[in-house]
Amino acid sequence: MIINHPLLGPRDSAEFVYLGDASLIERPDPAAETALADFVDYAYMRENPAGSLRELWFHEAGDRSWLVVTRNTMTHEISDVQMARDVARKIGCSK
Amino acid sequence: MQYSGFKVIKEALTGHKGWKPAWRDPEPQSNYDIVIIGGGGHGLATAHYLAKIYGEKKIAVLEKGWIGGGNVGRNTTIVRSNYLLDGNEPFYEMSLKLWEGLEQDLNYNAMISQRGIMNLIHSDAQRDAFVRRGNAMMLNGADAEYLDLDQIKKEYPFLNFDDARFPIKGGLAQRRGGTVRHDAVAWGYARSADSHGVDIIQNCEVTGFRIENGKCLGVETSRGYIGASKVGCAVAGSSGRLMAKANMRLPIESHVLQAFVSEGLKPVLPGVITFGAGHFYVSQSDKGGLVFGGDLDGYNSYAQRGNLPVVEDVCEGGMAIMPMIGRARLLRMWGGIMDMSMDGSPIIDRTHIDGLYFNGGWCYGGFKATPASGMVFAHLLAKDEPHETATAYRFDRFKTGNMIDEKGMGNQPNLH
Repeated sequence: MIINHPLLGPRDSAEFVYLGDASLIERPDPAAETALADFVDYAYMRENPAGSLRELWFHEAGDRSWLVVTRNTMTHEISDVQMARDVARKIGCSK
Repeated sequence: MQYSGFKVIKEALTGHKGWKPAWRDPEPQSNYDIVIIGGGGHGLATAHYLAKIYGEKKIAVLEKGWIGGGNVGRNTTIVRSNYLLDGNEPFYEMSLKLWEGLEQDLNYNAMISQRGIMNLIHSDAQRDAFVRRGNAMMLNGADAEYLDLDQIKKEYPFLNFDDARFPIKGGLAQRRGGTVRHDAVAWGYARSADSHGVDIIQNCEVTGFRIENGKCLGVETSRGYIGASKVGCAVAGSSGRLMAKANMRLPIESHVLQAFVSEGLKPVLPGVITFGAGHFYVSQSDKGGLVFGGDLDGYNSYAQRGNLPVVEDVCEGGMAIMPMIGRARLLRMWGGIMDMSMDGSPIIDRTHIDGLYFNGGWCYGGFKATPASGMVFAHLLAKDEPHETATAYRFDRFKTGNMIDEKGMGNQPNLH
């Protein structure tokens, strides 16, 4: 698979480390009443769709940036790549 | 029809006219006591034990394609019970004992070959860890044997003993481990289940669950609605897709694992060996092909095919311990989809929906577990309580902190 890095251009996926579902960016609020249940859900439960999935890849053998890659789990086709930093800022998870 | 040597000779002399199909091809009935989704090894084994051991009637196995067409037909056929943790080892040892009696139980030749499995040791620390594992195995009634270098050189003279980076220091052997003809497992269980009255319904895809007031009443299928008092799901690899139809999220990701087989060779490899410093394992099939594999590709996939970086990695592992493998040509390679759970161990449990039961999360160790998985899932479906060897395989262990994490990798499914 070739991941089209927003800053570096097309890179071999072997340069990256895979973390999984990009919803991991949205860490629950540890001060919430339901924090325990929220964190169990966050840490262990997954959507696991057969189709389009937004996921986190870390460019370990490159610029060490985190990317949000939208990829089809049936075909391995990559339709979108963004900097995880930008995605996190947009939803207010940047702190 | 009972199979026997006498029957084979009789049929040989009379033109093989007396063989009948090994199982029926029934139309689905409108209602069953127990419906099992998934006609793979685990689903068919569950049906067999439900009918034979637990005396249940009116059972159906629903399969979207043909039986044995999923992971039971795509694995590397190894059976063993060399686990460390208390939650796992009694279960896998029961499985190995069931393998040992399986052919008599099913009256079917599954070509079970206890040729032994050996895990190679490459450092002093690894020796300590493997001896500890061997002790844990023996405490649970399994067999384990520490092999020193001279013993290994006698049995496997062709290994790369003096490699500068990963010299071989010893091995942990389980002599009762080995290989099984994987397709025959599915067919043997199907034939036996069918002879005990189980309806095996192929080309019948489950498209949804009928759930009312928190109770599962039956399943919608491509061949119409089928009512059931209890529904058991055993579709590892597709668990995420199936359980999403019941609006369930699982502590599971689906990943692709590749496997490889070389051209047929004369007998060179007496047992199963695993590389302790990388991830590589190999055995030789009865047809002569070297069957080997290694790590997951590492990303979520339902594609049943992987990519080249892992091919390179697996072949490097092979060359590192067994350089002569470089002379063999690759015949086939393929990918299977694994339910990778959050702690590397399976889940066999009731769900929060009444009458809906789940069996999955087998990671890439499902084949060896087939008989025990069938037995304990049958127990759960028949008695509504977990079998004594499967009390740890609960959904809530992620909440209560009772994970069964053999590799100590945490909630990172692609690392288990």
